[in-house]
Amino acid sequence: MLKGMYNWIDERLDITPMWRDIADHEVPEHVNPAHHFSAFVYCFGGLTFFITVIQILSGMFLTMYYVPDIVNAYYSVDYLQHQVAFGAIVRGMHHWGASLVIVMMFLHTLRVFFTGSYKAPREMNWVVGMLIFFVMLGLGFTGYLLPWDNKAYFATKVGLEIAGSVPWIGEYIKILMNGGTIVGAQTLTRFFAIHVFFLPGALLTLLAAHFFMIRKQGISGPL
Amino acid sequence: MAHHHDPNEKIVYVGDSRIRKRDRSNVAPPDYTAFPGKSEAFIPNFLLKEWMVGVVVLVGFLVLVMAEPAPLGYPADPLNGSFIPMPDWYFLFLYQLLKYPYTSGSYVGFGVVCMSGLPFVALLLAPFLDTGKERRFYRRPIASSLMGLTLVAIVYLTWFSWNHYQEELKINGVIPEHIEREEKAREAVEKGLPRPVPGRENIPAMVAADDPAFKTMQEAQCIACHGGELEGGNAPALRGVGDRLNKEQLVETITNGRNNGAMPAFKDQLSSDQIDQIATWLEKQKAEAAQ
Repeated sequence: MLKGMYNWIDERLDITPMWRDIADHEVPEHVNPAHHFSAFVYCFGGLTFFITVIQILSGMFLTMYYVPDIVNAYYSVDYLQHQVAFGAIVRGMHHWGASLVIVMMFLHTLRVFFTGSYKAPREMNWVVGMLIFFVMLGLGFTGYLLPWDNKAYFATKVGLEIAGSVPWIGEYIKILMNGGTIVGAQTLTRFFAIHVFFLPGALLTLLAAHFFMIRKQGISGPL
Repeated sequence: MAHHHDPNEKIVYVGDSRIRKRDRSNVAPPDYTAFPGKSEAFIPNFLLKEWMVGVVVLVGFLVLVMAEPAPLGYPADPLNGSFIPMPDWYFLFLYQLLKYPYTSGSYVGFGVVCMSGLPFVALLLAPFLDTGKERRFYRRPIASSLMGLTLVAIVYLTWFSWNHYQEELKINGVIPEHIEREEKAREAVEKGLPRPVPGRENIPAMVAADDPAFKTMQEAQCIACHGGELEGGNAPALRGVGDRLNKEQLVETITNGRNNGAMPAFKDQLSSDQIDQIATWLEKQKAEAAQ
């Protein structure tokens, strides 16, 4: 039955080569923690992706309850945390996952740096990886405001003041991100949109490029 | 021209069909025969092993999630002047870096562009700055030591900033809001009361509203922060304050202020008789008496 369905689709779309290509490619011994324990340092990239998937899934569930306006945002988070079944777990996963993804990504970056894996011909993949890093920091910064408590509010205020102190263009960046001159209603809706649409869109595009390149070039050889 | 179909061929051109038969002779994925040792297929062999590492991480992660609920403080109050701003921990090093004499004040442009911006640009362009063929870190002393130095700086700045924050909390006698909120919720639930939702507490009615002490308070501008009906504003509600503080504590608070001046000292504006009168009246403000 399943095989019949698969064959039906395969006859029309020729999908076998696509997924065989993903499944069958060889993984060398030097990155395999089953052969060398020290190869666990090569797991951080995969773990970053794993946590990112957790972030996307938990975030999707959070938006079912979260209300991005200054009157209700805090109370929707309070409700989510205390009234919704497993709300505290899902919010906890998103909150701690945000930190963990930064940790994993940082370790992955260090592994790539200290093994010199960013060198020719993999320069482009490093640049894309750094862009992913910046997008992640952006996700962390915009997500921090959303619970709309004092900690969120004043951290964002300080963050935007720092952005405003960039010479010449700082004031424009600040106004653009504030959606006006103060951290207020516009800032919250803006940060929400950036956090759930703009940056995840950029992130997925960059991740696709990152994975395409690692597949195309293969993993860097042993030292 | 007629198409010649091979009956064994899987994909067949029909009209302008964009599905073409692939030439599978050269799609062989790059293998690692050049590397020593045992390579294996990604799915399922390798992925299952990596998943084992993933499971360990996932278990640790979920234990953390269950042990430590995500923090939530009090609703944002833009007029709160005494809140100590604190970014998330992974921004602390930047926050701290921009506090030093040559990276803040009139030098903040230099701090932002040269001290924070440039290292990030350098990191972004690392493959074009470090172009040598050598990959081992101990054969690339400049790149490695720059990165090592940056790591030490990041750890130090983060630690320093966090330490400073903890000290500031201690000096001002401030308990972080998310902890205070959790404590209060726990106390209420232990007493069998409904969990308080900050900003939406039921404030008890005013007791003995015709007391002259209230008039004194209006004249002393207490109501500017505590609300015209003492329902709270930038400062806590005073209706029901008798449940939290006794008379001596009230006298002490009014006389000498609290929270590092967030509640100012009134010993110069009010006589000790007036303070005593106010404290006596405020002590009567109990939820039970209001019913």
